[in-house]
Amino acid sequence: MRRELHAEWTKLRTSQGAGWLLLALVALTVAASAAAVATVSCPPEGCGHDAPRLSLAGVQLGQAVVAVMAVLMISGEYGTGMIRTTLTAMPRRMTVLAAKAAILTGLTLAAGTVAVLGCVLTGRLILPGNGFVPAHGQALVSLADGPTLRAACGSVLYLALVALLSLGVATAVRDSATAIGVVFGLLYAFSVLPFMVADPDWQTLLWRISPMNAGLAVQVTTNVSGLPLSPWAGLGVLAAWAGFALLGGGLLLRRRDA
Amino acid sequence: MSGRHDFTRLLRAEWTKFRTVLGWVITMVLAAAAVVLLGLFSASGSHASCGAGPVEIDCPEPPLGPEGQAVSDKFFFVHQPLQGDGSITVRVTSMTGQIRLPDLTPGVRRVAPGVVPWAKAGVIVKDGMRQGSAYAALMVTGRHGVRMQHNYTHDVAGRPGGVSKKDPRWLRLTRSGDTLTGDESADGRRWSTVGTVRLAGLSDTVEIGLFATSPCDLLVKQGDFGGSIGQCRFTEATADFDQVSLQGRTSGDAWRQDDVGVTEAPDGAPHHPGRFERSGGTFTVTGVGDIAPHVEGESIESTLTGVLAGLVVVVVVAVLFVTAEYRRGLIRTTLLASPRRGRALAAKAVVIAAVTFVTGLAAACVVVPVGTRILRANGNYILPVSLLTEVRVVVGFAALLAAAAVLALALGALFRRGAAAVAAAIALILVPYLLATTSVLPVGAAQWLVRLTPAAGFAIQQSIPEYPYMTGHYAPSAGYYPLPPWGGLAVTCAYAAIALAAAIVLLRRRDA
Repeated sequence: MRRELHAEWTKLRTSQGAGWLLLALVALTVAASAAAVATVSCPPEGCGHDAPRLSLAGVQLGQAVVAVMAVLMISGEYGTGMIRTTLTAMPRRMTVLAAKAAILTGLTLAAGTVAVLGCVLTGRLILPGNGFVPAHGQALVSLADGPTLRAACGSVLYLALVALLSLGVATAVRDSATAIGVVFGLLYAFSVLPFMVADPDWQTLLWRISPMNAGLAVQVTTNVSGLPLSPWAGLGVLAAWAGFALLGGGLLLRRRDA
Repeated sequence: MSGRHDFTRLLRAEWTKFRTVLGWVITMVLAAAAVVLLGLFSASGSHASCGAGPVEIDCPEPPLGPEGQAVSDKFFFVHQPLQGDGSITVRVTSMTGQIRLPDLTPGVRRVAPGVVPWAKAGVIVKDGMRQGSAYAALMVTGRHGVRMQHNYTHDVAGRPGGVSKKDPRWLRLTRSGDTLTGDESADGRRWSTVGTVRLAGLSDTVEIGLFATSPCDLLVKQGDFGGSIGQCRFTEATADFDQVSLQGRTSGDAWRQDDVGVTEAPDGAPHHPGRFERSGGTFTVTGVGDIAPHVEGESIESTLTGVLAGLVVVVVVAVLFVTAEYRRGLIRTTLLASPRRGRALAAKAVVIAAVTFVTGLAAACVVVPVGTRILRANGNYILPVSLLTEVRVVVGFAALLAAAAVLALALGALFRRGAAAVAAAIALILVPYLLATTSVLPVGAAQWLVRLTPAAGFAIQQSIPEYPYMTGHYAPSAGYYPLPPWGGLAVTCAYAAIALAAAIVLLRRRDA
């Protein structure tokens, strides 16, 4: 495993795009959060907004960068034919995939932490100017608050799970454009579906199994009992998706011709 | 070789490239299948019924107006028949009412005095007592001054301002054949015309009289999962009329009263009834309801739930249509065969647009009629729209997919990398739509998103227009777009055109 990890790290370290993508992850996430918190205001009579969740809204855009990074990690190799060299040098294919997953998770957790801290800071700085002050019934966004800390940590984990889901999908479908399409379809298109059906039972069911809606439940800090799933259970749904995708991708990688 | 012939040859070459890749053809068929299946699936999952005491029954359908749309026609009417030409003149001296407030303790009713902005009271000429029949009315409103309205979807503004004892409004509605003229005055001497309307096919004998009505008060709350929830609370409006005078062949002083369209409780008793009192020359009329378009129900575009799934698939195929050539080096052959590079890309755009349009059209032609039929069978009320609107929604859906495909193709040619192009196309079209319709963004920000981004094209699906003379939750999350349907689609097409132009310029300059 060490050899595989080292190989994957070297490949990633020496490729041009990875650094830029990590930078884009942090920049886009924080920028989108800043845009979201700048548009929302809280009048003196109070508002029903969930300030920590608003501050972390940029994760919805940041996950796109994470998905691109994860997909390119494997389908980039299919694109250039590098995958044949990789698999010749390291014939234990599952281990190769595990090494890729480990490197990817580590990088996403690191960059995701920076991005999420940036989001929390953005919320802390901008929201009070828009009326999110204790006098209007809104506490300042602070990591010392339990639910906020859970939302922030959960968001970092969410990004890592999105990375693993994307890696699994990309391993299964190989082509980068198709993989991105599938991942974005699963995340974004699926997330709107519960809002498009009229039946409440279907709505709840679709919400529970959609990776983005369920996964982002971890960001909710107010009215948690009103959610169809508890925050951690929601993240569990995404983890299940990521697990299935990785498993499916791994099995296909092992059985198929490269 | 002539230029036109040359382009036809290019089109054929690109079409051959598309149709011989089995994967793409299958994927396009799958995109159509996804749109159809998701639409039918969500339609079959949507049930609606109304409680009538202990049993669930099909919900009562709203009446249809003279122009075919669903309407609310519920008001308190103090009236008498008028044969032939004639007029009614009244003075409105006050308009008051009450509004129910949100419960602080569940079940404990709180009301406050006040009138909602579109509470209405005034004079009306109606073609019989049937709900949904043609009418013309001149009225004072809660906060929009004097208005003349007819046939539920037409509205002309008169003088602004409210009414009081000190500042009354005189209203006069004159019938002459099928033409109705509304005049208003502050003192009963100097009159000004608010509007003249024609009610085609108005019967010889019509009902003429006084009315009052008040729509429910809308309170929009942020939904727990994002989006928003509207809540409508009971209101009623009371108006005092005096100086009532009738001209023409009426029944003189014999007034009848009717609570038109009043909701009945299961035991048959009227729910929130209106009232009429008369003391001397003063008529006091209290009413609940609205004379306006009816917008509650499913719209035909609710069968297009598969649009996002279809969009993602189409984007991927369109991107691959160009990036696959770069991957395999085919682009060099393509550009050798057609050294005028712009034309080669334009031919690709035409082919992908045509293929997507046909795919989208086929899917929408199936899912819209079949989906609405399923919805109806499940007890849902489908808001009726004209055939032209239905055609626009179906064709517009296909056009939206085609515009998205061209945008994706252009991004593919710009980036030359599939992953980047797909990510960019989805981030441009889908993410703004998502943020505008399901997120916690305020309505204003959401409206700007669907004005400025390529997601504006989703407006083409909106079948029920926003009515400026009716309070409603006109937000993207409720299916109301700030741009008109074709205007929204034009924004998406403009993005596609600009991206394609940029791609052509770059393709000419860059080494392949």
